[in-house]
Amino acid sequence: MAAVKPMISVEYAGNATIVRFTDEKILEEKDIKALQDSILPIIESASGRINLILDFGNVRFLSSAVLGLLIRISKRIYECEGQLKLCNISPKIYEIFKITRLTKTFDIYESIEGAIEDLAQNE
Amino acid sequence: MYRRLMASEAPISCSIVVESKPSAVVEVCKEILTKLETHSFGKDDVFAVHLTLEEAFLNAVKHGNKMDPTKKVRIDYSVDSDKVEISVTDEGNGFVPDAVADPRIGPGLFEPGGRGLLLMSAYMDTVKYNQRGNSVYMVRYKEKPNLKKGLGETDV
Repeated sequence: MAAVKPMISVEYAGNATIVRFTDEKILEEKDIKALQDSILPIIESASGRINLILDFGNVRFLSSAVLGLLIRISKRIYECEGQLKLCNISPKIYEIFKITRLTKTFDIYESIEGAIEDLAQNE
Repeated sequence: MYRRLMASEAPISCSIVVESKPSAVVEVCKEILTKLETHSFGKDDVFAVHLTLEEAFLNAVKHGNKMDPTKKVRIDYSVDSDKVEISVTDEGNGFVPDAVADPRIGPGLFEPGGRGLLLMSAYMDTVKYNQRGNSVYMVRYKEKPNLKKGLGETDV
């Protein structure tokens, strides 16, 4: 049996679903496709709107294809009138978001607690 | 935005020709990044070159060679104590870099793709395409940590 790479872990806190990327590097297209195939069903299976927090705490390297995945995820969430928050992004990865001006598109928080708190206030 | 490359502008000392498939970039990165470390390039340089190589190589495989497994990607590179020069060439028909929309503006901001070229330009000091548009030549000069500190930056 082929080894299954743990790409994400999922937990719940208050009204938020927290998806944590478990890999340090997210590069290969097959990995990005696997992430999409893991995350989109979580959004679809939520009853009603979802408040999703993506935790980048383990991620040290990613390619522009991951940014594309985030755009697709955000579109799907906004279609469901949910909310998407990103958190724990390392300075080098944050620089990629700044260069591409995605800091203006996504709600980005320093910590997971900040993202959870903001979601709780918006309820 | 991009200047066309004259062949004489690219003094290159090593060449690698690999299969046109996304996973082939792993060995290419390993070889070039190891040489950067040998030449005492810092972490920021290694991060920048790694990201750029990933983006340029995937562009060559997907957009240049159109995922055709019979085609090849050629990487020419040179590393010395001051800079790294890299050319990535595919067997495709090429493209016009100036015709690529800026993903930071308008609807491009919400499109899933189109950010690879922007990142390459941001992380490398020089990015040029050949006339045909199937080869990109890039240079990054080594970060000078002592100079940065002299300008007021401190170690993190």
